[in-house]
Amino acid sequence: MYDMNRVENAVGQDEIKISARKVQVYYGDTHAIKDVDVDILDKTVTAFIGPSGCGKSTFLRCLNRMNDTIAAARVEGKIALDGEDIYDRRVDPVQLRAKVGMVFQKPNPFPKSIYDNVAYGPRIHGLARNKAELDEIVERSLRGAALWNEAKDRLQEPGTGLSGGQQQRLCIARAVATSPEVLLMDEPCSALDPIATGQVEELIEQLRQQFSVVIVTHSMQQAARVSQKTAFFHLGNLVEYGETDDIFTKPKDSRTESYISGRIG
Amino acid sequence: MTDATAQNTPAPSGKSLLSLDQRTRRRNASERRFRLYGAVAICLSIAALVMLLTSVIGNGASAFFQTYAKIELTLDPAELDPEGNRNPDEMGKVTTLRYGNLMKAAFPASLQAAGISTEGISDTEIGDMLSKEAPAQLRDRVLSDPDMLGESVEFWALANGRIDGYIKGRVSMASAERDSNVSPAQLQLADRMREAGLLTTRFNWDFITFPDASELRPEAAGLGVAIVGSAYMMLIVLFLALPIGVAASIYLEEFAPQNRFTDLIEVNISNLAAVPSIVFGILGLAVFINYAGLPASAPIVGGLVLTLMTLPTIIISTRAALKAVPPSIRSAALGVGASKMQTVFHHVLPLAMPGILTGTILGLAQALGETAPLLLIGMVAFVRDYPSWPIDGFFDPASALPVQVYNFTTRGDPAFVERASGAIIVLLVFLLCMNLLAIYLRRKFERRW
Repeated sequence: MYDMNRVENAVGQDEIKISARKVQVYYGDTHAIKDVDVDILDKTVTAFIGPSGCGKSTFLRCLNRMNDTIAAARVEGKIALDGEDIYDRRVDPVQLRAKVGMVFQKPNPFPKSIYDNVAYGPRIHGLARNKAELDEIVERSLRGAALWNEAKDRLQEPGTGLSGGQQQRLCIARAVATSPEVLLMDEPCSALDPIATGQVEELIEQLRQQFSVVIVTHSMQQAARVSQKTAFFHLGNLVEYGETDDIFTKPKDSRTESYISGRIG
Repeated sequence: MTDATAQNTPAPSGKSLLSLDQRTRRRNASERRFRLYGAVAICLSIAALVMLLTSVIGNGASAFFQTYAKIELTLDPAELDPEGNRNPDEMGKVTTLRYGNLMKAAFPASLQAAGISTEGISDTEIGDMLSKEAPAQLRDRVLSDPDMLGESVEFWALANGRIDGYIKGRVSMASAERDSNVSPAQLQLADRMREAGLLTTRFNWDFITFPDASELRPEAAGLGVAIVGSAYMMLIVLFLALPIGVAASIYLEEFAPQNRFTDLIEVNISNLAAVPSIVFGILGLAVFINYAGLPASAPIVGGLVLTLMTLPTIIISTRAALKAVPPSIRSAALGVGASKMQTVFHHVLPLAMPGILTGTILGLAQALGETAPLLLIGMVAFVRDYPSWPIDGFFDPASALPVQVYNFTTRGDPAFVERASGAIIVLLVFLLCMNLLAIYLRRKFERRW
């Protein structure tokens, strides 16, 4: 529909999934995000890196309008998903969030059974016509989140009884169950041990086959391992955005270089 | 930063760890002192509680037992059923007075028949040993079973309050000498009757089921109407205050915009919780009775007034419970595309439920014990008729437990002291049950996250 928004770019034939232009975010009087322009590609892992408080999580939360829930937050500029402005008056955030799933920093399963955790999204969005279909969605999502083998015999046990890494994968399964087109991950591994982190990273690589993944991370090694594109934020500005390899080997901006070499942050 | 830390590294002090320095000693002493203060405070409150309970139970336990005297009497059909057709409607025209005369005549005779000497005591005095309520009870029994007429029946009649008091130890020979209502001769007769098994003390279900009785017959006074009235009011409070309070809290906590207006509402709710209860009574009198024209002394008015009183408590505790639900649960639900309302009803409310229920039950318990506003809306009236079943019964006159306690304490006869304490025990038992229910529900619904 809005073909003019589609631009040729460096990474193969990938299409632009989300395009952000001149995005400003204010928390009350604080100008948290300044003039951010970024194009997020389909079937690509994009990493947001930067020191604490640089606005990367804030920007991530703009992409599925989670900032709407914060009364003091105000978003300006244009963010388009497949060319449609997500801040348009006619857009219901509920529909948007079914398309743009989210995984949070701390694993936050509902205090319900594993099955109900995964089935919740499909249920409220009416994605399954009957129990068999729902069962299938749950199994597919749990397999997609590499949790099926561990969880298949205890689907009715509470999701809060799983280990931290399993809980986070359950949250990923829950997000995947609504068949989103974009998956936002806000430091998904910061509460996990190295083994669980490795599992989630492997998972991210698989998820990329189906949809676009945006991950906020504090770990530059993680960004280098999992992402194809990296954006570096500093003090609310998008300093540099490009191929992950380029960012880490030949950064253009001196601030990026300082950060990845450990001098700021 | 690192330089500063290096400079501040303390030099070895040379003190041994095995001996306490003065500073540590003082710190430990103040800690011990503080713990002592706490222990003293706990002991004081336990002592106060024990004193309260001992006094109430000591005075009130006897209200649950009542003395009855055995009479054998022949129910003369000529007297009690002048029409002779055993029709309860016709028999109802015979007054209690005639039953009383029959009973007074039969009582000395039945004593003599049992071989108990009634020397030195007049028949009137013997008759006065029975409660003024006893003939009414006999009449009720005959009317419910007219076939008893003409038979010789055994009847356990309520003994007079003074005789009851003597059996329970409240009245003594010495006090009887100074008392115009009872004579030592009557008490001696009561002793003889007890030895012969004609006077006995039984558990007093009537105290819980009977309505209130007049000043002259404390032995027949019960809490039935008060319990029913209190129960009706609690129902009204539960069905009005819980939904309104929870809906208001959910709106304020989850949906309302943060602005001056909602701030004002918040402050007002907190202030409302601190308004003296009698003010709500005046409001109930002015609005519900005078303006809306609802009947005075009715549970509906009491229930509405107590609802107004309980609402702030429920709103405050519900909001606290909603606030205590971790925000990550809300984010999780919103993140998978749940709407605000789905988030609240599917996830937040179930997690807040234990807190909401606890707050509600504690609010109800507070309302159950409330007296002052009920006095103002006429619940203090003397009510002998049971209210009918809900919902009509909500509009019938009734009493309430705390008001009944107040009522008993204002009466002259010392037997009412026992009744008042007994009523307090009943009230405390109800409160205890409600608190236990609150604890049970909290345990049952509590979930970890």
